[in-house]
Amino acid sequence: MDYSVEVKNIKKTYQAGKEIVTALHGISFDVKQGELFGLIGPDGAGKTSLFRILTTVLLPDGGSATVNGFDVVKDYKKIRNCVGYMPGKFSLYQDLTVEENLSFFATLFNTTIEENYELIKDIYVQIEPFKTRRAGKLSGGMKQKLALSCALIHKPAVLFLDEPTTGVDPVSRKEFWEMLKRLKQQGITIVVSTPYMDEATLCDRIALIQQGKILSIDKPEKITKSFPHQLYAIKSAEIYQLLKDVNAFENSLSCYAFGEYLHLIFKEEHDNRETDLLKFLKMRDHSDIELKPIDASIEDCFIELLK
Amino acid sequence: MHRSKIVSLNYSSKMSGEIVIQANQLTKQFGDFIAANSITFEVYKGEIFGFLGANGAGKTTAMRMLCGLSSPSSGQATVAGFDVRTQPEEIKKNIGYMSQKFSLYEDLTVAENIQFFGGIYGLSNKHLKAKSEELINQLGLQSAKGQLVGSLPLGWKQKLSFSIAILHQPKVVFLDEPTGGVDPVTRRQFWDLIYQAAESGITVFVTTHYMDEAEYCNRISIMVDGRIEALDSPSGLKKRFNVSSMDEVFYQLARKAKRSDN
Repeated sequence: MDYSVEVKNIKKTYQAGKEIVTALHGISFDVKQGELFGLIGPDGAGKTSLFRILTTVLLPDGGSATVNGFDVVKDYKKIRNCVGYMPGKFSLYQDLTVEENLSFFATLFNTTIEENYELIKDIYVQIEPFKTRRAGKLSGGMKQKLALSCALIHKPAVLFLDEPTTGVDPVSRKEFWEMLKRLKQQGITIVVSTPYMDEATLCDRIALIQQGKILSIDKPEKITKSFPHQLYAIKSAEIYQLLKDVNAFENSLSCYAFGEYLHLIFKEEHDNRETDLLKFLKMRDHSDIELKPIDASIEDCFIELLK
Repeated sequence: MHRSKIVSLNYSSKMSGEIVIQANQLTKQFGDFIAANSITFEVYKGEIFGFLGANGAGKTTAMRMLCGLSSPSSGQATVAGFDVRTQPEEIKKNIGYMSQKFSLYEDLTVAENIQFFGGIYGLSNKHLKAKSEELINQLGLQSAKGQLVGSLPLGWKQKLSFSIAILHQPKVVFLDEPTGGVDPVTRRQFWDLIYQAAESGITVFVTTHYMDEAEYCNRISIMVDGRIEALDSPSGLKKRFNVSSMDEVFYQLARKAKRSDN
């Protein structure tokens, strides 16, 4: 078996009052064994519905899926034994201590903390000094580490992490991804979702997802290479005015803020495009203009795909 | 004459010098724990001020004091000319606040939310009606006017929530991670609204975990373990730390943090 996760045309709809909302419009993808696979998309993209279907806590309305070779509907019990799931919302027992939570989950799966300690050691040592503290009293970062330890304690074949880094600061996010890399080296297949586009490059493959549809699916570097235009970065002394002016320039197809620069695509990619623009901007009193061709990032690709 | 007021803020607002937020050795202590440790800074009228820090650095505590929701243990601060310790109710009338977690009533419609919050901020019915229409048109929400807010996509909610937070033209608006989880296109539209608000003279005080958004601020402070460790324009900070991105500035400062979260 080469695939840890196979998703075929999965559909999910919800009743919201009189309306029917489609959360997943028949999506398909595969995750290879040992792969670190990212679902990248904003809130409301359908990421959580998908996770809940794959971890057998929600039934799909159509299509089929297998996890570790088992069908998500028929073999749900087998799947529950071999996957770890860390939901986006903290779901451990707040009234139990760190250690009690961990041994509770170990016991559920007929194992002990000692038996699989090696797997969680890296993460658990950081919260072990607080093992007698109730989970409800932990800080956000510590809760996250405990939840990950609990999701790993039965040595799952596939690990599902639903937005583990949402609302987490950039330093802690970096540390979290380093933990994931080490878990991957131990052979665990990881499916992780995130709204942060910069985390996409840390995955082996990604699916860009929006409103229940997959926009693109590939290795991150392949997605960025397939960006259909030459992208430019531009800045000047007055960046907000620059944004208004570049958008008013007749040969600009799109221009949007991107950190300290604006990113720009020309309508017609002719030879004079750069000089024409610079002339136009100088007439509007811009100074310290810097214009340079750049490679697109995943976020640029996402923006392009949303058009 | 209508040259960007925004970007020239770095220079002109300091010269014009109207201070809208002033914190002087502002401190909040819970038992032995000093959540905000003697923080001192100023924010100018019309400025977009980024308030950054790792989880647990003390941002929320500081922000609660500035909003008049929590009284400082020591030190002083004034917001919109009012003292946070003695005039918290005046502060609440003169600021807007928006967070990612709670913003609007999901069970009320778009129009009802506008009416409700406008009423709370004391706008007259007549004024409110005009404002409400203006806002709905500006956001392109005409067709969604009668829809429950709960049924709107997150990006719409956040834009609406921001517009409602500034409905009463406050002197300052506090935004606590307003764009978390929002798609990249909507995130940029949201920042357009922030720029427009700043252009109209509203001071914007914003926290974010997106370092590209830190670049959109006129100035940024970075909190580490309860203290403000750095405060400057994005380009000033990059120069000082000799790095090319805000991400690296943040990383250099925040990785020294001894405490994390809440």
